[in-house]
Amino acid sequence: MTAFRLVLACLTLLLSTAGQASPGSRLWATGGVTTIDGSAGGGLVPWALLSGYASDREWGGTLALSRLESDDYSLDVAAASFNWRNRLELSIGRQTLDLDSLVFALKEDFGLEQDQLRQDIVGAKLRLWGDVLYSPLGQWSLGLQHKRNRTFLVPEAIGARDDQGTDVYLSASKLLFAAVLDRNLLLNATVRATRANQGGLLGFGGDRNNDHELMAEASVGVFLNRHWLVGLEYRQKPDNLTFADEQDWWDLFLAWVPDRRLAVTAAWVDLGDIAGLQHQQGAYVSLQVSF
Amino acid sequence: MTPIRPWLLILILAVTAGCQTPVAAPDDTLYQDLGARSGIADVVEELLYLIVDDDRINRQFRGLDVVSFHRHLTDQLCQLAGGPCTYSGRAMRPLHAEMAITDTEFNALTENLVLAMERNGIATGVQNRLLARLIALYPEVRNL
Repeated sequence: MTAFRLVLACLTLLLSTAGQASPGSRLWATGGVTTIDGSAGGGLVPWALLSGYASDREWGGTLALSRLESDDYSLDVAAASFNWRNRLELSIGRQTLDLDSLVFALKEDFGLEQDQLRQDIVGAKLRLWGDVLYSPLGQWSLGLQHKRNRTFLVPEAIGARDDQGTDVYLSASKLLFAAVLDRNLLLNATVRATRANQGGLLGFGGDRNNDHELMAEASVGVFLNRHWLVGLEYRQKPDNLTFADEQDWWDLFLAWVPDRRLAVTAAWVDLGDIAGLQHQQGAYVSLQVSF
Repeated sequence: MTPIRPWLLILILAVTAGCQTPVAAPDDTLYQDLGARSGIADVVEELLYLIVDDDRINRQFRGLDVVSFHRHLTDQLCQLAGGPCTYSGRAMRPLHAEMAITDTEFNALTENLVLAMERNGIATGVQNRLLARLIALYPEVRNL
């Protein structure tokens, strides 16, 4: 939990010493929030938006802490990102999945003594073209996420082929002004090439499939006003392991952006079956500070 | 001839006359929702105060004839909103061509306009409808 504490310390410091300087000139909430993979987006799906508020003559970034608690698991994410001139986003994230109720089964069935799965993610996202607000065809970005398991014992035991993998994705985001009851509508579509099992926490590749496959992801959000965004996300996932069926992810989120410096996201998340434990649903909370 | 017929005839005439009304009234609901020309003038005045205080963009407005700028921008927003005004200033593209406006500056101005509307009590939905029409000017202002 060192990464978690480090981010927490920096985050507290940033909040307490928040000066008068604004984190950047892009409009409120146009940097999205921090996904569980550390890239800017919603909760589960990366968007074409780059993190924070840096515009074309500025730089900036974000720090975020997130927690997801499903019926049988809890996931903690500590993440940081840097945005150079709204052109390039670099991000790092550390995920820690507490196996909670799976611990006993692992020991019984596999003789494994493991209570956590940990993964590090390094991400880069390049804005290729356009602006989410001003371009008729929206904003387009190309991103990659290199993921590395820090604990491979369990993924290996259930059939994962590799302890690391790289996702490549293309995202398009567009805000339509006054589109729904005069409220602004944010649309996002992402196509991801991946061979990650449960986002990589259960390793990469498997007996059913060991190649990169194209997955579709989408988000729709409505700005109630410039402080509140409510929306829905969908993330299609591969199903590489015979041992444990994998389902697509869904979430319903509410993000509060009182100020450019702070964003708080709450969501209800449906992750489907994970490592044999069925119907994992639960709550997600994320705190993000921009600088 | 039954007594009903003349009424029917009058009804038909009335309906067809309605169809033949030469011009439908222009849709000025956005203009009205912004508080007509005086409401728009108040927003532009607030916007000017915000611009002067904003170090990201105030240098671009230095040496400007404030009174004439206020009148032109008010007329322009009024016209965009469907109001009975005519923008008589220079065209957007030549006007901004040599200012080399960045995205940072464009965003800063948009932010100030939103704040100016907020401070004048313009409802979120009305703000969004005006912004929807204004973003069409983005390529001309940025000279893209």
